[in-house]
Amino acid sequence: MQRNYARGYDPEIKSADITSESSFEGFRKQRRLLIAGGASAVGLGIAAASRLSSYFTSPDTVHAQTLTSTPGKFNTSENQTPYAKATSFNNYYEFGTDKSDPAKHAGTLKTRPWTVQVTGMVKTQKTLDIDTILKHRPLESRIYRHRCVEAWSMVIPWDGYSLSEFINLCEPLPSAKFVQFVTLVDKKQMPDLPFGYDWPYSEGLRLDEAMNPLALLTFGCYGKVLPNQNGAPIRVVMPWKYGFKNAKSIVRFHFTDKQPHTTWNEINSSEYGFYSNVNPKVDHPRWTQARERRIDNSLLPHYIPTQMFNGYADQVAGLYNGMDLKRYY
Amino acid sequence: MQKQTIILLKAVTHILCLLPLLSLYRFYSSGALALNSDPINFITHFTGNWALWILLASLAITPIRRISVRISWLIRFRRLIGLYAFFYATLHLATYLFLFSGYDVVAVLDGLRAGHPAVIFEQFRQVWPYIWDDVMKRRFVQVGFLAWLILLALAATSPAAIMRAMGGKNWQRLHRFVYLAAAAAVIHYWWLVKTGVLSPWKDTAILAVLLLARVGYVLLKKRSVSTTKVVAAR
Repeated sequence: MQRNYARGYDPEIKSADITSESSFEGFRKQRRLLIAGGASAVGLGIAAASRLSSYFTSPDTVHAQTLTSTPGKFNTSENQTPYAKATSFNNYYEFGTDKSDPAKHAGTLKTRPWTVQVTGMVKTQKTLDIDTILKHRPLESRIYRHRCVEAWSMVIPWDGYSLSEFINLCEPLPSAKFVQFVTLVDKKQMPDLPFGYDWPYSEGLRLDEAMNPLALLTFGCYGKVLPNQNGAPIRVVMPWKYGFKNAKSIVRFHFTDKQPHTTWNEINSSEYGFYSNVNPKVDHPRWTQARERRIDNSLLPHYIPTQMFNGYADQVAGLYNGMDLKRYY
Repeated sequence: MQKQTIILLKAVTHILCLLPLLSLYRFYSSGALALNSDPINFITHFTGNWALWILLASLAITPIRRISVRISWLIRFRRLIGLYAFFYATLHLATYLFLFSGYDVVAVLDGLRAGHPAVIFEQFRQVWPYIWDDVMKRRFVQVGFLAWLILLALAATSPAAIMRAMGGKNWQRLHRFVYLAAAAAVIHYWWLVKTGVLSPWKDTAILAVLLLARVGYVLLKKRSVSTTKVVAAR
């Protein structure tokens, strides 16, 4: 049988089998849509995976300068939190609200030159250079328990000297009853500064609390200069209080006769009191304070019971004699 | 849409939905989880975030498919994605029950190896007061639990046979509770973050857009129906 192929005619192809031009177009469109859909799904997957990969990056090793310090009193012999954990899990909201943010972003903080102002009810207002303050007294290494209000805790060796020695240098007037710690705020050094907060971050103590020998003016940890995310170049550590009391990167010590405004207390006074002493009997509205997740070198942090005044009752309970600690939490 | 293509796309969806879990496993197996300071918190946030994101993805299907009839086949992925939202929500709840509560998984595994299966319950008896305390006292726990219960009901009634047995209308009435679950999940997030922390705003905005798209669609349809009526009356 002769076939007429001249115009593409093949009698064995039934007309029903021929794809019409319009439906072919339709198929092509659908195929395009499918490819586009598949490609965007894969794209989203890759984007999500790359975001996830940021979780995997371990914190940069900080080549910090070492500090010379001698072992101090009040040391705990509990297992220390590894340096890598204590320097990659921080609440320093000026550098971002996630606990991994400060380690990533605090590199922009300039800790030299740095001056600290002494203002308010003092004999003479003055501005001190950080290195003057650093050399004022020999540094001690103090291994303290650190209890965050968020119910996790660490054991950290801090390097510094008693805050009382610095306060004596400031020469407060007898009328001064409180000391306020005002910390650095600088949009240039803190490009991630979250809005909605009344910066600068401010904390404070009653003067007799600040004079307690446990209160530490801190310049280092683990025998090294403080990493930026841990509050370089100068901070305070009061181990019997929740961690947020320990103001970081302080630029001003202000002496006053009135209870100073303190940041978290002002944001939500029902959750964060002015005193904020560690107290297992007063719950945070969103969780119990009766126990804490201790962060050390085990894979899963274990729960341990929280102690009154974080275990420093012998040193500090006397400061609060006669006070209703359920009311003054 | 060809059946084969749907099957292929469903396989892709399964893989995409399992990627987060896989990455969590990689995070653990690479040792990165051990370096993380608060792995329990990390796993809790990780599973919670993905439960919410996948739930929002399942809610995005209806408004997106309404854009064009040509993509109406997207509806065939809604149940699958919704079930993955329940899957991650369940992992989130399990993380809370077996890690966050203080349940000592390591002690339980040691006990099991030593041949003391009762350790499973002993551990639970120890942490139970904390869980009960949370459920009774803390509203962010309550609202999160509500969201999970709704998702559980929806997942349990998701097979086609149950849908037929329930009747389409009843089934739809029940499954509209997914909006409540999504709202509860977002509120759960707002109530658990500190005052001033705005991280849930993105999820809130996405949910608002998805819900408004539905309201807009209903209004638009009503208007077009009434216009048709007017035309018919003439």
